[in-house]
Amino acid sequence: MPLIPHAFRDASLLPSDITPQAVYDTRREALRKLALGAAGASLAGWAGRDAWAQTQRPGKLAELNSHKSTIPGAMVMDKPTSYADATSYNNFYEFGTDKSDPARTAHRLKTRPWTVEVDGLVHKPGRFGIEDLLKLSAQEERIYRLRCVEGWSMVIPWVGYSLSELLKKVEPMGSAKYVMFQTLADKATMPGLNPQVLDWPYTEGLRLDEAMHPLTLLAYGMYGEVLPNQNGAPVRLVVPWKYGFKSAKSIVRIRLTDKEPPISWGRAAPREYGFYSNVNPEVDHPRWSQATERRIGEDGLFAKKRKTLMFNGYEAQVGQMYAGMDLRKLF
Amino acid sequence: MPHTTRSPTAPRNRVNTALLHTWSKPLAFVLGLLPLTWLVLAAATNQLGANPAEALVQQTGLWTLRLLCLALAITPLRQLSGQAAWARYRRMVGLYVFAYASLHLLAYAWLDMGLDTTDMAADLAKRPFILVGFVAWLALLAMASTSFQAAVRWLGGKRWQALHRVVYAVALLAVLHFFWKRASKSNFADVAVYASVLGLLLAWRLQRWLTNRAHHPA
Repeated sequence: MPLIPHAFRDASLLPSDITPQAVYDTRREALRKLALGAAGASLAGWAGRDAWAQTQRPGKLAELNSHKSTIPGAMVMDKPTSYADATSYNNFYEFGTDKSDPARTAHRLKTRPWTVEVDGLVHKPGRFGIEDLLKLSAQEERIYRLRCVEGWSMVIPWVGYSLSELLKKVEPMGSAKYVMFQTLADKATMPGLNPQVLDWPYTEGLRLDEAMHPLTLLAYGMYGEVLPNQNGAPVRLVVPWKYGFKSAKSIVRIRLTDKEPPISWGRAAPREYGFYSNVNPEVDHPRWSQATERRIGEDGLFAKKRKTLMFNGYEAQVGQMYAGMDLRKLF
Repeated sequence: MPHTTRSPTAPRNRVNTALLHTWSKPLAFVLGLLPLTWLVLAAATNQLGANPAEALVQQTGLWTLRLLCLALAITPLRQLSGQAAWARYRRMVGLYVFAYASLHLLAYAWLDMGLDTTDMAADLAKRPFILVGFVAWLALLAMASTSFQAAVRWLGGKRWQALHRVVYAVALLAVLHFFWKRASKSNFADVAVYASVLGLLLAWRLQRWLTNRAHHPA
């Protein structure tokens, strides 16, 4: 009989994630000693600060209030990436192809006024102002793993609500099968709009059932504050079981269609980037393995990379959408 | 009133004298260690950004390219300036190219691949540019291991020189390796800089070889 009943096991938890008893005991002992000391009370508080520091606001941008999400899979137990790392290591090619470029140049982006056009095969198309979008549904905090197709990962506490909340408002027609996302392409503020790199504006897409999945997030903030520009302000998509490039940033248009929409990376390299791009350790990128990943800020310099999880660890929530599909062909 | 005319060759001689100074070579040796020192300190104090492993692989690669440019610039510099003393630094710069290339290879194998030979073999098959880099490193290894006086004597001057001409192939392979790496992002701005510098240095040699051949027909 297994030591831990199956229902209480978290498939995403690796044996290596569990703190060894000896380390745990040492920490307890250290904390006890601290608490006993003359300055014990204050030092014990300091030593315990890690427990709540993660949910503390970085204090850089405007606060965005939210409540903890109750959607299954929305709160992973992994340690969130530091705000500094999450805001300085970004792929946002409109601001340059180097990962340090967006943090340097994205301050030029104007996020007000901002509207998102929602149209296509819907009964109630509309132009939504960002202030209305922010109030459209209750803001939730969700802690998601983020796996980049390049082989690194982060853990981000996002703030937003399910994309389905917005889609329900526009009432998709029965003929709608896909959702296309188009992001801003503004020459005046975006220095990286080089036609040699990609066709602009950047477009992405999801199947309608993927778009309606409760885990598919329309995010307005992270770490309890509004999104920094380099992370896709003022509104972006977050699809945690797909490679990061599927999560379009700074969205200006959402269109429902009956045909699979072309995606920017798929157009640039069809052999390398598929429409689905689900995180899958068994299907390699043509130029590198997807079996492992480096967790930014977490794994030591000389540590072996950690194993990538099927659907980035969200298989229980999203796996059934792909039942019967050949994920090698539909990568 | 004393009339002093500076010989037009004076500055040239001053550079040559400086290059011949007792402390010049130790100084050059220390300068070569600076990038490594900086990388080690930056890694130890967490100054390499969100992905220090990636930064270390990238920086050791870039320093290899820079030193390779410098190594190939020494002979043209000596010829064009007439300062023979530049030749004293050729071997040291060449060995530094090999040293930084080895650090680059080590950073890749250890930090990126976890010293896992199966992973490395699979990676080599998937990314031909890794193979290109590895071949260039093997060529540098051949040069570094025959860089001592005894090796020159053992091989004989002509054969030694022929072997060390492999550095031109290293330059081409290094640019190809860098270009291929950057191709995924279509970001060739700095590839173009290194390619032009190395191209110019190779073109100078080609031009000289062609004129020499024209003057001394076989």
